Amino acid sequence: MTPRLAKALVNGLLLGMAAVALFPLLWMLSVSFMAPGEASALPPPLLPQHPSWANYRELFLRAGMGRYLLNSVLVASAITALSLVFNLMAGYAFAKLRFAGRERLFRALLGALVIPAQVAMLPLFLLLKYAGLVNSYAGVVAPALASVFGIFLVRQYARGIPDELLEAARIDGAGEWRIFMRIVLPLLQPIIVTLAIFSFLAAWNDFMWPLIVLTGQEHYTLPIGLASLAREHAQDSELMMAGSVVTVLPVLALFLALQRYYLQGLLLGSVKG
Amino acid sequence: MNSPRSAWLFLAPALVVLGVFFLLPVLAALILSLTDYDLYALADLRNLRFVGLGNYWELLHRPLFWSALGHTLYFVAVGVPLSMGASLGAALLLNSPLAAAKPLFRTALFAPVVTTVVAVAVIWRYLFNTRYGMANYVLGLIGIQPVDWLGDPHWAMPTIIAFAVWKNFGYNMIIFLAGLQAIPPELYEAARIDGASPWRQFRHITLPMLRPTMLMVGILTVSGYFQLFAEPYVMTEGGPLQSTVSVLYLMYDEGFKWWNLGSASAVAFLLFLLMFAVTVLLLKLSRRGEAP
Amino acid sequence: MKPPAPRSWRGRWLATIAAGVVLLGGCAAAPPATQLTFWTIGREGEAIAQLLPAFERAHPGITVKVQQLPLTAAHQKLLTAFAGGSTPDLSQLGNTWLPELAALGALEPLQARVDASFVVQPRDYFASIWATNVIDGALLGVPWYVDTRLLFYRKDLLEAAGFDAPPRNWAEWRRQLAALSDPAQHRYGILLPTNEYEQLMSLALQQSEPLLRDGGRYGNFESAGFKRALTFYVDTFKLQQAPAISNVEAGNPWTEFGRGVYAFYLSGPWNIGEFRARLPAAQQDAWATAPLPGPDGAGIGVAGGSSLVIFRTSKHKDAAWQLIEYLSQPAVQQRFYALLGDLPPRRSSWQGAALRDDPKLRAFREQLERVKPAPPVPEWERIANEMQLVAAEAIAGRMTIDQATAEIDRRADAILAKRRWVLDHARERTP
Repeated sequence: MTPRLAKALVNGLLLGMAAVALFPLLWMLSVSFMAPGEASALPPPLLPQHPSWANYRELFLRAGMGRYLLNSVLVASAITALSLVFNLMAGYAFAKLRFAGRERLFRALLGALVIPAQVAMLPLFLLLKYAGLVNSYAGVVAPALASVFGIFLVRQYARGIPDELLEAARIDGAGEWRIFMRIVLPLLQPIIVTLAIFSFLAAWNDFMWPLIVLTGQEHYTLPIGLASLAREHAQDSELMMAGSVVTVLPVLALFLALQRYYLQGLLLGSVKG
Repeated sequence: MNSPRSAWLFLAPALVVLGVFFLLPVLAALILSLTDYDLYALADLRNLRFVGLGNYWELLHRPLFWSALGHTLYFVAVGVPLSMGASLGAALLLNSPLAAAKPLFRTALFAPVVTTVVAVAVIWRYLFNTRYGMANYVLGLIGIQPVDWLGDPHWAMPTIIAFAVWKNFGYNMIIFLAGLQAIPPELYEAARIDGASPWRQFRHITLPMLRPTMLMVGILTVSGYFQLFAEPYVMTEGGPLQSTVSVLYLMYDEGFKWWNLGSASAVAFLLFLLMFAVTVLLLKLSRRGEAP
Repeated sequence: MKPPAPRSWRGRWLATIAAGVVLLGGCAAAPPATQLTFWTIGREGEAIAQLLPAFERAHPGITVKVQQLPLTAAHQKLLTAFAGGSTPDLSQLGNTWLPELAALGALEPLQARVDASFVVQPRDYFASIWATNVIDGALLGVPWYVDTRLLFYRKDLLEAAGFDAPPRNWAEWRRQLAALSDPAQHRYGILLPTNEYEQLMSLALQQSEPLLRDGGRYGNFESAGFKRALTFYVDTFKLQQAPAISNVEAGNPWTEFGRGVYAFYLSGPWNIGEFRARLPAAQQDAWATAPLPGPDGAGIGVAGGSSLVIFRTSKHKDAAWQLIEYLSQPAVQQRFYALLGDLPPRRSSWQGAALRDDPKLRAFREQLERVKPAPPVPEWERIANEMQLVAAEAIAGRMTIDQATAEIDRRADAILAKRRWVLDHARERTP
């Protein structure tokens, strides 16, 4: 194979894959600006004839999408901020602090990763029912405040912090909390960004648990609201596409803005594993 | 040296959350699966009975459980290799020195990963619409009869698999890419000097060096794919003819639709046992492969 | 977007003063506003939005917040809401789900309110429909709209085959089905999707024996009556008067009906609208509806539909009842029909011209006087599903009628095991 042919082949394949990956998303964007019923035609139209915001107006004014958007932002932000604190503390402790049974406890936590979260869902629902947290934001936020994966990620990264640095600080008389805030956190910055994006995306995209625990429309997050709309308005493809845009766009934009951190962190986290 | 007490203080918040919202419910689920918690028990706890392994016994005699298990295994057995293949292929292409505009392609291929399952499942439902869907239109151009993708029991699961692969392959692609970049270039140089073809280089350098990454990715992907739920919930609602009811879908219906929490917990535990067994099996197989 | 219209200062002042007056006046006159949460299931929510403004005008102290549950998720939402203690004030409820929520003790008994009401007159309602709302002697809902299944048929095809009227009993029906079927030409007398239980259930309810016996403790499918119904049902497939396909394989039944693939179609009132919308204008006189034929004369149909219920936990039961009364007014029910095509449960509502004079509706009006409810036990839907699965086995020839009925009884008894235990247990607890 000549180098030029090989080059064309590699780039051609990449182009093809990228087209497959992006086409549904671009199509969604295009259809969301079409008039009702316009997409149901043969051949399927690629671009709207008279682009309009009508579907979005309908979504926000009549279908309550604004409320779902607000709920999603609220819930995902709360989960991200709080779980970041919890996971960073625990991950750092597993990486750098000494205590009896550290390795065994960590292995046990990793072992717990094998248990699918859904096993816990049924009793968790009953637990929240007795705590009066069903159909509340807290019902979604509380169980997501710590994750084994997050702790794992932080631990992997924090292991790279030289012990001498911490010991030196201890000799200088710094308390553990001060060391954590002043020395460890700045060093963990890349993983903090990564973990923040991971948590936010996971919280934003989460479906099964909010579906179970949020019974009232006023608390629905975007995915739940969208799934509910999809069952009511199955035939209104244009409206549903606009709903999908509203749901997907924020996370996609977040990813595009921070992807350097995200991918870098993802790589660092996995290579060391 | 830090004091152990300070370590525990750092651990406490996360451990409390995991204990209360995960460990405790998992244990409770085990107990629940041994009872007949149902609608009547929900109304009045005096209607709760201990039934031992009765729920498990009944499930093993229920055709719907077996078919849900079959659908899930089908999804895992076909979806995981396809997804990992696509990830590895894309990673190899991106890692090739010949590829242009790498960051751009990487972003494009990764984009579906960050999207919301529900939202993109809605898109796919329209792309695979029998009458107006883009998929059938394109097939029609090359003379293939329209397929009732989501309405035909034989096609619904393949469509969901295609969707899942599209949605997920980017994640593993990034991990593979990292694995590829970690392979010392000297190995390839030496092989090239020995006159090894690209295929031989791939088989004798790339694959063995990627082995640990593959194992990790494989186990994570398998356990992820076993948890199939949102895709059929949005795209087919378990249909047609229950052909896309997965184990988790069954658990959801059993638990939150019919409110048989006892037997739903048993479903969850059986799924857990199965996932555990498959993970152990994968680890065993990989060790056996390493031995010689 | 249109920019807000500029307003003069004086205009603003006037508006502010006016608002203040309204606010003060409002505070003085009316009690603090009550907000009712009202759950609807499926399409009803959109129509209700157009009926509510009139209600809110008539009851200034009450605002109604409607939440639409998708049909396929409604059952789950209702039960989790009950479990989580977040039920609404009132809800629409399919009358097959009523026994379930009744067993949970989630619903408010309504008899006293009905007795005191000038609007809700039980005798004006179709008797069997009203009866579906009475569980163990307690009235728990007020019928909102009704639903029953009967025959849609191709008048022109029947006439061409020499029949000038729809069938009046099973024997006649069988003769017509035979005359209208030609499997070689891919023409069948009727479409009975093998995965829908409603058709077999309609035939089974026409028998004198109940489907469950001993107060819903055991299945009664080995009775002579059910065997007769199952035999008629299965024979229709064996004689190739119906194709043994599910509704998924059947795809679009409306066009097929229009093409004459099926001469009969056993379905519900919503299909009147579908056929009117989907069949060409020239064909609109070619189809009609008829009450179900029974084994020996006029047949009985399923008493289906939705009721309005108030939840026990509601803090605004009086306001909720006012909304139920409003929605039960014949004039409002007639508007509801005009918006959505849902059939009203009151005879006086049927006096409206749109309902009275529609020839396609006459059969429904007649059928509604002869309907019977499904067994009022929470397990019924699961039992009906099993019944249909076994019936499909019999259609496929893998079971005889006797084997099939014994199997359905076995499965029904297993499903009802907990109910039996609870009933016996409860008796011990309260001597």
